[in-house]
Amino acid sequence: MRVAVQDAAFDFGAEAAAFAEGRAVSGAVVTFTGIVRDVDGGLQAMEIEHYPGMTESALTDIASEAVTRWSLEDALVIHRHGRLEVGEMIMMVATAARHRKDAFEAAEFLMDYLKSRAPFWKREITTDGAEWVAARDEDEDALTRW
Amino acid sequence: MDVLYFAWVRERIGIPREAVDTQAATVMDLVDELRGKEERYEAAFADISALRVAVDQQLTDFDAPLSGVREVAFFPPMTGG
Repeated sequence: MRVAVQDAAFDFGAEAAAFAEGRAVSGAVVTFTGIVRDVDGGLQAMEIEHYPGMTESALTDIASEAVTRWSLEDALVIHRHGRLEVGEMIMMVATAARHRKDAFEAAEFLMDYLKSRAPFWKREITTDGAEWVAARDEDEDALTRW
Repeated sequence: MDVLYFAWVRERIGIPREAVDTQAATVMDLVDELRGKEERYEAAFADISALRVAVDQQLTDFDAPLSGVREVAFFPPMTGG
Protein backbone atom coordinates (compact mmCIF):
# COMPACT_ATOMS: atom_id res chain seq x y z
CA MET A 1 0.00 0.00 0.00
CA ARG A 2 1.33 3.42 -0.89
CA VAL A 3 0.06 6.92 -0.22
CA ALA A 4 1.73 9.98 -1.76
CA VAL A 5 0.91 13.67 -1.29
CA GLN A 6 2.98 15.76 -3.67
CA ASP A 7 3.04 18.94 -5.71
CA ALA A 8 4.91 17.28 -8.59
CA ALA A 9 3.07 15.79 -11.55
CA PHE A 10 2.94 11.99 -11.74
CA ASP A 11 3.08 9.67 -14.72
CA PHE A 12 -0.27 7.89 -14.68
CA GLY A 13 0.82 5.23 -17.18
CA ALA A 14 4.04 4.44 -15.36
CA GLU A 15 2.32 4.36 -11.98
CA ALA A 16 -0.47 2.10 -13.27
CA ALA A 17 1.99 -0.24 -15.01
CA ALA A 18 4.23 -0.50 -11.94
CA PHE A 19 1.19 -1.14 -9.75
CA ALA A 20 -0.12 -3.91 -12.01
CA GLU A 21 3.22 -5.57 -12.73
CA GLY A 22 4.13 -8.93 -11.25
CA ARG A 23 0.80 -9.70 -9.68
CA ALA A 24 0.22 -13.43 -9.39
CA VAL A 25 -2.78 -13.50 -7.05
CA SER A 26 -4.63 -10.33 -7.99
CA GLY A 27 -6.94 -11.03 -10.89
CA ALA A 28 -8.13 -7.44 -11.06
CA VAL A 29 -6.48 -4.03 -11.04
CA VAL A 30 -8.69 -0.93 -11.15
CA THR A 31 -7.27 2.56 -11.64
CA PHE A 32 -8.93 5.95 -11.57
CA THR A 33 -7.50 9.39 -12.17
CA GLY A 34 -9.02 12.83 -11.60
CA ILE A 35 -8.31 15.62 -14.06
CA VAL A 36 -8.76 19.40 -13.71
CA ARG A 37 -11.70 20.10 -15.98
CA ASP A 38 -13.09 23.35 -17.30
CA VAL A 39 -16.88 23.14 -17.23
CA ASP A 40 -17.88 26.75 -17.94
CA GLY A 41 -15.02 27.84 -20.15
CA GLY A 42 -13.51 30.29 -17.66
CA LEU A 43 -11.28 28.10 -15.52
CA GLN A 44 -7.57 28.93 -15.68
CA ALA A 45 -6.22 26.76 -12.91
CA MET A 46 -7.01 25.01 -9.66
CA GLU A 47 -5.14 25.59 -6.42
CA ILE A 48 -5.19 22.77 -3.92
CA GLU A 49 -4.40 23.41 -0.28
CA HIS A 50 -3.84 20.60 2.19
CA TYR A 51 -3.00 19.96 5.84
CA PRO A 52 0.55 18.58 5.92
CA GLY A 53 0.78 15.67 8.34
CA MET A 54 -2.92 15.11 8.68
CA THR A 55 -3.35 14.57 4.95
CA GLU A 56 -0.91 11.66 4.86
CA SER A 57 -2.38 10.01 7.96
CA ALA A 58 -5.97 10.51 6.76
CA LEU A 59 -5.14 8.95 3.37
CA THR A 60 -3.31 6.07 5.05
CA ASP A 61 -6.32 5.42 7.31
CA ILE A 62 -8.72 5.49 4.35
CA ALA A 63 -6.52 3.20 2.25
CA SER A 64 -6.03 0.78 5.17
CA GLU A 65 -9.76 0.61 5.66
CA ALA A 66 -10.23 -0.22 1.96
CA VAL A 67 -7.56 -2.93 2.10
CA THR A 68 -9.24 -4.52 5.12
CA ARG A 69 -12.84 -4.26 3.93
CA TRP A 70 -12.24 -5.67 0.45
CA SER A 71 -9.25 -7.92 1.23
CA LEU A 72 -7.19 -6.01 -1.30
CA GLU A 73 -3.74 -7.23 -2.25
CA ASP A 74 -2.64 -3.63 -2.68
CA ALA A 75 -3.83 -0.03 -2.89
CA LEU A 76 -2.30 3.19 -4.18
CA VAL A 77 -3.36 6.79 -3.62
CA ILE A 78 -1.54 9.76 -5.13
CA HIS A 79 -2.92 13.26 -4.55
CA ARG A 80 -1.35 16.51 -5.69
CA HIS A 81 -1.44 19.94 -4.10
CA GLY A 82 -0.46 23.40 -5.28
CA ARG A 83 -1.41 25.03 -8.57
CA LEU A 84 -2.70 22.76 -11.33
CA GLU A 85 -3.60 23.88 -14.85
CA VAL A 86 -6.68 22.71 -16.76
CA GLY A 87 -6.06 19.21 -18.13
CA GLU A 88 -3.54 18.25 -15.44
CA MET A 89 -4.09 15.15 -13.33
CA ILE A 90 -4.97 15.93 -9.71
CA MET A 91 -4.94 12.47 -8.25
CA MET A 92 -5.13 8.75 -8.88
CA VAL A 93 -6.15 5.64 -7.01
CA ALA A 94 -5.39 2.02 -7.85
CA THR A 95 -6.66 -1.16 -6.24
CA ALA A 96 -5.66 -4.78 -6.71
CA ALA A 97 -7.89 -7.67 -5.68
CA ARG A 98 -8.58 -11.28 -6.58
CA HIS A 99 -11.91 -10.29 -8.12
CA ARG A 100 -12.99 -7.23 -10.08
CA LYS A 101 -16.02 -6.43 -7.92
CA ASP A 102 -13.80 -5.88 -4.89
CA ALA A 103 -11.30 -3.84 -6.89
CA PHE A 104 -14.04 -1.59 -8.35
CA GLU A 105 -15.88 -1.14 -5.05
CA ALA A 106 -12.70 -0.39 -3.11
CA ALA A 107 -11.67 2.20 -5.71
CA GLU A 108 -15.08 3.90 -5.44
CA PHE A 109 -14.87 3.82 -1.65
CA LEU A 110 -11.42 5.45 -1.82
CA MET A 111 -12.73 8.17 -4.14
CA ASP A 112 -15.81 8.87 -2.00
CA TYR A 113 -13.73 9.18 1.17
CA LEU A 114 -11.03 11.25 -0.54
CA LYS A 115 -13.69 13.77 -1.53
CA SER A 116 -14.88 14.60 1.94
CA ARG A 117 -12.62 13.02 4.57
CA ALA A 118 -9.12 13.89 3.38
CA PRO A 119 -8.03 17.47 4.21
CA PHE A 120 -7.80 19.00 0.75
CA TRP A 121 -9.45 22.23 -0.36
CA LYS A 122 -9.80 23.33 -3.98
CA ARG A 123 -9.77 26.93 -5.15
CA GLU A 124 -10.79 27.71 -8.71
CA ILE A 125 -8.87 30.46 -10.47
CA THR A 126 -11.09 31.84 -13.23
CA THR A 127 -11.02 34.87 -15.49
CA ASP A 128 -13.43 36.48 -12.96
CA GLY A 129 -11.27 35.83 -9.90
CA ALA A 130 -10.67 33.05 -7.40
CA GLU A 131 -13.23 31.08 -5.41
CA TRP A 132 -13.10 28.15 -2.99
CA VAL A 133 -15.00 25.13 -4.25
CA ALA A 134 -17.91 24.39 -1.91
CA ALA A 135 -18.46 20.85 -0.68
CA ARG A 136 -21.51 19.22 -2.22
CA ASP A 137 -24.17 17.43 -0.21
CA GLU A 138 -23.97 14.56 -2.70
CA ASP A 139 -20.36 13.97 -1.71
CA GLU A 140 -21.31 13.63 1.94
CA ASP A 141 -24.34 11.49 1.05
CA ALA A 142 -22.07 9.19 -1.00
CA LEU A 143 -20.40 8.02 2.22
CA THR A 144 -23.62 6.57 3.62
CA ARG A 145 -23.59 3.68 1.14
CA TRP A 146 -20.39 2.33 2.68
CA MET B 1 -1.84 24.91 21.93
CA ASP B 2 -1.37 25.49 18.23
CA VAL B 3 -4.47 26.54 16.33
CA LEU B 4 -4.41 26.12 12.55
CA TYR B 5 -6.69 27.55 9.88
CA PHE B 6 -7.14 26.39 6.30
CA ALA B 7 -8.77 27.62 3.08
CA TRP B 8 -11.26 30.51 3.54
CA VAL B 9 -11.05 30.21 7.32
CA ARG B 10 -7.35 31.07 7.01
CA GLU B 11 -8.15 33.93 4.65
CA ARG B 12 -10.79 35.43 6.96
CA ILE B 13 -8.57 35.23 10.03
CA GLY B 14 -5.53 36.36 8.09
CA ILE B 15 -2.96 33.87 9.44
CA PRO B 16 -2.39 30.14 8.88
CA ARG B 17 -1.58 29.30 12.52
CA GLU B 18 -1.04 30.76 15.97
CA ALA B 19 -0.20 29.66 19.50
CA VAL B 20 -3.21 30.15 21.78
CA ASP B 21 -2.98 30.13 25.56
CA THR B 22 -6.34 28.74 26.66
CA GLN B 23 -8.05 26.79 29.41
CA ALA B 24 -10.99 25.94 27.12
CA ALA B 25 -12.48 22.55 28.02
CA THR B 26 -13.91 21.79 24.59
CA VAL B 27 -13.49 22.88 20.97
CA MET B 28 -16.70 24.90 21.26
CA ASP B 29 -15.33 26.75 24.32
CA LEU B 30 -12.21 27.59 22.29
CA VAL B 31 -14.38 28.86 19.41
CA ASP B 32 -16.29 31.10 21.83
CA GLU B 33 -13.00 32.47 23.20
CA LEU B 34 -11.68 33.19 19.71
CA ARG B 35 -14.95 34.83 18.64
CA GLY B 36 -14.61 37.26 21.50
CA LYS B 37 -11.12 38.32 20.45
CA GLU B 38 -11.61 40.25 17.23
CA GLU B 39 -14.06 40.78 14.40
CA ARG B 40 -12.06 38.62 11.97
CA TYR B 41 -12.60 35.57 14.23
CA GLU B 42 -16.31 36.33 14.46
CA ALA B 43 -16.39 36.45 10.65
CA ALA B 44 -14.63 33.10 10.37
CA PHE B 45 -16.70 31.33 13.04
CA ALA B 46 -20.07 32.97 12.28
CA ASP B 47 -21.58 29.71 11.02
CA ILE B 48 -20.19 26.66 12.80
CA SER B 49 -22.20 24.32 10.58
CA ALA B 50 -20.00 25.49 7.68
CA LEU B 51 -16.85 24.35 9.50
CA ARG B 52 -15.03 21.15 10.38
CA VAL B 53 -12.51 20.62 13.14
CA ALA B 54 -9.54 18.30 13.69
CA VAL B 55 -7.95 17.74 17.08
CA ASP B 56 -4.38 16.47 16.95
CA GLN B 57 -4.98 15.79 13.26
CA GLN B 58 -8.07 13.62 13.77
CA LEU B 59 -11.45 14.80 12.52
CA THR B 60 -13.81 15.27 15.42
CA ASP B 61 -16.82 17.25 16.69
CA PHE B 62 -17.09 20.67 18.27
CA ASP B 63 -17.91 19.13 21.65
CA ALA B 64 -14.58 17.25 21.72
CA PRO B 65 -12.52 17.80 24.90
CA LEU B 66 -9.23 19.71 24.66
CA SER B 67 -7.41 18.26 27.65
CA GLY B 68 -3.84 17.35 26.64
CA VAL B 69 -4.40 18.44 23.06
CA ARG B 70 -1.47 20.00 21.16
CA GLU B 71 -3.07 21.06 17.89
CA VAL B 72 -6.54 22.14 16.80
CA ALA B 73 -7.36 22.92 13.17
CA PHE B 74 -10.42 24.65 11.72
CA PHE B 75 -11.39 24.44 8.07
CA PRO B 76 -14.35 24.25 5.67
CA PRO B 77 -15.67 20.87 4.48
CA MET B 78 -13.00 19.12 2.44
CA THR B 79 -13.11 19.04 -1.35
CA GLY B 80 -10.42 16.61 -2.48
CA GLY B 81 -10.35 14.11 -5.30
